[in-house]
Amino acid sequence: MGPSFRGAFTTQVSKTGTLNPQEIARRLGHTRRDFLRDAAGMAMGTALMGASPFVRAAGAAKKRKVIVITFGGGARDQETFAPEGQINIPYMLGELIPQSSFFTQVTNHGILGHYVATASLATGVYETLNNFSAVPPEHPTIFEYFRKDLRRPISDAWVVAPSNGFNRIGESECRSYGPGLGARVVLPKHLLSAANSGSNAGYEHLLHDNYETPLYAPQIGGGEFELQQLDTILKLSVDDFMAHARTLSSPDELSVYIAKRLMRQESPSLLWLTMHDIDVAHSGAYSLYVDAIRRTDRLCAELWKAIQEEPEYAGNTTLLILPDFGRDADQDSGGNGFQHHRTGDPASRTTWMMALGAGVRPGVVYDNPVQSIDLVPSIGAIMGFSATQSQGKPIKELL
Amino acid sequence: MLPQNLQTDQFTGYPAESKKLAIANLAVFRQLPLSFLPSLLREVIEYDFKFPAERTAIDKELAKLGSLSPAQITEWFHPFSLLSLSSKLEHLDWINRPGQFVEQESAYLWTTHQLDSFRQAATVYGDRLLSALSVEPLPVRRLGIAVIGQDVASYDGPLFRNLRAHGTYFRQVKPDNGFELLLDAVEARAKSHPIPYGHWYVEGGQASRQNPVLTSICYKALEPVRATLLQYMQTEIARPGMGPEELRSKLARLLPTDLGMDKVGDPVLDRFQIKLFTEGSGTQIFSTTFAQWTTREALRRAQPLTLLVRFAPRQRQKPMNELLSSTSENPEVDLAGSLVDADMAAYYHWINQQRLPGSEQSSFLVWFEGHNQALVISPSLPRGVQSDSAMDLKALLSLATS
Repeated sequence: MGPSFRGAFTTQVSKTGTLNPQEIARRLGHTRRDFLRDAAGMAMGTALMGASPFVRAAGAAKKRKVIVITFGGGARDQETFAPEGQINIPYMLGELIPQSSFFTQVTNHGILGHYVATASLATGVYETLNNFSAVPPEHPTIFEYFRKDLRRPISDAWVVAPSNGFNRIGESECRSYGPGLGARVVLPKHLLSAANSGSNAGYEHLLHDNYETPLYAPQIGGGEFELQQLDTILKLSVDDFMAHARTLSSPDELSVYIAKRLMRQESPSLLWLTMHDIDVAHSGAYSLYVDAIRRTDRLCAELWKAIQEEPEYAGNTTLLILPDFGRDADQDSGGNGFQHHRTGDPASRTTWMMALGAGVRPGVVYDNPVQSIDLVPSIGAIMGFSATQSQGKPIKELL
Repeated sequence: MLPQNLQTDQFTGYPAESKKLAIANLAVFRQLPLSFLPSLLREVIEYDFKFPAERTAIDKELAKLGSLSPAQITEWFHPFSLLSLSSKLEHLDWINRPGQFVEQESAYLWTTHQLDSFRQAATVYGDRLLSALSVEPLPVRRLGIAVIGQDVASYDGPLFRNLRAHGTYFRQVKPDNGFELLLDAVEARAKSHPIPYGHWYVEGGQASRQNPVLTSICYKALEPVRATLLQYMQTEIARPGMGPEELRSKLARLLPTDLGMDKVGDPVLDRFQIKLFTEGSGTQIFSTTFAQWTTREALRRAQPLTLLVRFAPRQRQKPMNELLSSTSENPEVDLAGSLVDADMAAYYHWINQQRLPGSEQSSFLVWFEGHNQALVISPSLPRGVQSDSAMDLKALLSLATS
């Protein structure tokens, strides 16, 4: 997020500038749809509307689990679903998409900063909090709706998040929800820092933080509380944790490792994992951005595999994967292409969502527009809670 | 404070040329909405340190606005007038700190979901202005040259993928003495068409040579400035309560002398170089990002007739804290990654060049340094084809500009 005002009109307007934003967003969605239909033989959703698979699976509702993966710093079509980008997402193409319901046009009309956008995803309201402050969302989070309506214990809702600001995303400051009703938040980098007594020597590659403002590199904290999480919840000794961390190559790998450990030890019904590696794009190094897309692609498949292998999750888990938003288009003169998401152009506001697992129709593509704030009420409809203050609508194709 | 209340004495803090310009256009400023005017003042206040092309653009814009009747002004700026701003914004010192105002306005527009409306208003205004302004013919066709992949011994991946549809891919280029041939040609163009800031050489590593006929920016030569800036950033980040937005504002206020630049240098170019570091993202740590951003900003601001950029290997990725504090003179480099970075940067170079006047006649050449692969985009060459013609860089450049 940032000012890019006069850049938008002091230079010649690109060809895409002659299309209105809705048309560009629609075309972005159609590109994904056409590709998916051709490459994966997936059916168009409108031909398949009928009885809900969630209705059919109602018998298993008590055990229903939902895992959400968001990644900060969307990956654009040309690096993913467009023909030239397919090389970067072999796991999504080969393994995940054929099993998924794929929504080609998910728009985010809110503020395009990662913490505020993730908070918006988690509340179903376009939040307006300061993206760079560790403040709670204003509106109730999905975790509060889930725990209050379904009377679930705190151990049943978890967030694994990448960086400092995200430690407040578990619960809002809303009076009727708020303190005590949210999710537990684990920040793997803080765990690592605490386990290593703050020295971080040998683990620096796992401690990247805050790509959105690459000039600003805050210190990673971590102390007694994090060590307690390690011991009592994740059932990991410091030595084992450090030994495993040594085999990992990025913060997101560390996050996925922690998420899998949580699944094994706590089996939360609602698990929210926010990945962040892709946002290295803000440093302007295209190769690092593409490397991160490839890693994220692999990690999504790895988590899906873990779901199949965990008895508590296999067969009763719905996995939802979506970027929080996109990135600026190459053609927008107000931006600098893949590097940022500052222009608010259709490419930066438009992304996709993939749903897999329990209750999901596999191999279906939906190209009708949905909004990112529709996620919370949709999960509410799936799990049986009501997101009363959300401004989104349940996505009928998931019901 | 609203624009209609503007008085001449409120511009006393502006540099000499800027002040003259602002006072001469006060009548126009008073008619413009607050949602728009500070973004114009942000350009005006820097007028003394602008490149000639920027000065011309500002002059033309102000002349055009000055020629409009009050009714036309109202009509042109109606979409901006519909945007609602807070009283807090109105009370900011947007006359003397228009840049800070624009930053805060941006945040406010995002927060109040008005950014899309602003964006639409800005695009319509930009289109209208462009169609109303005259464009002078260029003295020579614009030329862009990108040299990528320094020190890479071999690379199996496809290069120039984004550009191939637009030009001819040459795969039998004779690489001998290639960079020198290109630099010779660029210097010759500069001598034939001597225009201030009209011909640039952007070097992502160590400059091959210095020639005053070219406007030169060199990453290595700016090492002391970069080191001073990184030290400054480290100090500021350590301050209690410092956040990313405040840090950015502090960086934006830095002047060349704050970072140890020579007071007798070229004030326009010095300011430009400082801004590359203080406004760019990643330019402080990766040479490939620096070269890409410099190219983009040079094209956007100075609109050069010729721009040669050579990318050098960037340092390998490390944690940001470490990158910011690194003092190693020989950091480990990422050769393959740098080539991929530069390949994409070359595409952006061409896109940014094509945004400038005369784009239909402009030429572009990208070469994998030391190797036999290159691509040329020129109105005289076919698109989306490849050629096995064997030629050196001089001949290839001649083909590009013929």
